[in-house]
Amino acid sequence: MSDGLRAADSTPAPGLARPAPPGADRLDRPLQHGRPVRAGRARVLRAFAGQRLGLAGLALIALFTLCCFVGPLVYHTDQVHANIQLTNLPPGPGRPLGTDSNGYDILGRLLVGGQSTLEIGFAVALLATALGMVWGAISGLAGGLADAVMMRVVDIALAIPAIFLLIFLSSVLRPTTGLLILVLSLLSWLGPARLVRGETLSLRTREFVEAVTVMGGRRLRVVARHLIPNAFGVIVVSATFQVADAIILLATLSFLGFGLPPPAATWGGMLSQGTTYLLDGYWWEVYPAGFAIMLTVIAFNLVADALAASLDARQRAG
Amino acid sequence: MAGFILRRIGQAVIVVVGVTLVTFLLEHLIPGSLAHAILGTRASPGAIAAFNRSNGLDHPLVEQYAAFLGRLAAGNLGYSYRLNQSVDSLVLHQLPNDVLLVGAALALALLIAVPLGIAQAVHRNRAIDHVATSATFALYSMPSYWLAILLIAGLSIGLHAFPAEAPQAATVGGLLASPRGLVLPVLTLTLVNVALFSRYMRAAAIATLAEDYVRVARAKGLPARLVLSRHVLRNSLISVTTLVGLSFPAVLTSGLIVEYVYNVPGVGLTYYTAAVNADYPVELGITVLVGVVTVLGNLFADLAYAALDPRIRYE
Repeated sequence: MSDGLRAADSTPAPGLARPAPPGADRLDRPLQHGRPVRAGRARVLRAFAGQRLGLAGLALIALFTLCCFVGPLVYHTDQVHANIQLTNLPPGPGRPLGTDSNGYDILGRLLVGGQSTLEIGFAVALLATALGMVWGAISGLAGGLADAVMMRVVDIALAIPAIFLLIFLSSVLRPTTGLLILVLSLLSWLGPARLVRGETLSLRTREFVEAVTVMGGRRLRVVARHLIPNAFGVIVVSATFQVADAIILLATLSFLGFGLPPPAATWGGMLSQGTTYLLDGYWWEVYPAGFAIMLTVIAFNLVADALAASLDARQRAG
Repeated sequence: MAGFILRRIGQAVIVVVGVTLVTFLLEHLIPGSLAHAILGTRASPGAIAAFNRSNGLDHPLVEQYAAFLGRLAAGNLGYSYRLNQSVDSLVLHQLPNDVLLVGAALALALLIAVPLGIAQAVHRNRAIDHVATSATFALYSMPSYWLAILLIAGLSIGLHAFPAEAPQAATVGGLLASPRGLVLPVLTLTLVNVALFSRYMRAAAIATLAEDYVRVARAKGLPARLVLSRHVLRNSLISVTTLVGLSFPAVLTSGLIVEYVYNVPGVGLTYYTAAVNADYPVELGITVLVGVVTVLGNLFADLAYAALDPRIRYE
């Protein structure tokens, strides 16, 4: 299938949709609807490019990602073997941010910790969003009893705050990166599911979706070709917030001591360990990790806010 | 209206039953078995069999779940073998401390966030709005323990203004006897909630300001102060009421963290300690309780929304 057709299929531009005549499904959609879709996306990107805070957030994320993944290749440190001769050293030559109570170099540890933080954050956002998207679209489209049951499942899962479940699961199972991604995702898909269901409910009464149904299109086609592409903007915004939320949740879990077990480097774990020395004035063991968490979360929130504003701009213009 | 209330309560009951089912299943997720977890890995098969028999763990799962529901309905949240105390008596002792901490923080947060949000909406895109938006945005992006650490570093270690630990008393009276120790925990929780509420309040007030009835009120010459208090405030409060009900999970989460950082003797800290000590009955009992509180919060939010705004009627 050509790119033009795929774009045509999504037909998001609000207000442009109208019932297509029979046969239009195959013949003339690229001509009729191909441009507005692309124009819509381009408009969102242009609107985003005009938002300084969003761009700053994006730049921060790019910078952090670059530092955390390329940095350790250049700046070699041992983050596995403790060295009791080098404990709690203030910043100095050869150790820009000092060392912690295990003798680990703090800058090196921040970079390595950042890798797992970003990996887990992105993975959770993707997995949770995908799961929530499918669940919400099916629920909204099915309606009736299936919808009621599926949404009660979401209500039930939302009723127990994630941190309580996470602490319980971590106290029972030994956390690994994969397990954390899985568990965090299983706790994070609920928001996207509700969101996509809401979008589906409003979209499914629209003419272009009704047209597909009338023409005998299957539900799967409606979901994959119409609902998800149309709700895509909202989904991307929610996924961006999800990264921020997952990073906070992950850092909280590590801070409480239920994250990845040592010697794994985690920002929350570093902060928790450093806090012990707050009274001793070892500021380098507290502030770098704390600000790393905060700045990363701020960056993702800025991008999400800017994306949401850009989408709004498109909807007003469209 | 009666139909809506009944249907909504029915939904809440279903969700509560679901929460108990999840908790029940979690109990069976414990590797090995509950008996092993409680009696230790070297317990003899005889002791384990006796434990399973006396706790009904040798019955089919469905029967066990029914018994579990029966116990919960009777107000029995389980028994801590480590503390040799029933979970409900443990929780009952500490719940007032949480109500004090969370209640004070919520009340203060509303007192700050509501006027702040309205002020931001009125002076939208001006200096005060930008400053407040940036501040709440930073607070919003901050994990609550990081805020707590910053406050301890600044106000406790730096200025020696307040103790870094909550009063170590078992009762509300004891806590209130040394109020200075409560300042930092309450302040942390308040700021976290201000960040949450004021963002919402600002948006709600901006929406209200654009309503026709506000324009009419202004057009008929009502002083700005009265327009704000009679129309904007009252109508924006409807959405804030909902928000308070819906924010319970977030409030309970930050409550747990604040209790952990400041060592506040409350249910959150007990949950944490139970998790460290693998005291599963306490963890599960508190999980059920937290779930029920959240569901009640949601229920309250929905019912309050319908009651406060006569235009809202669910079919």
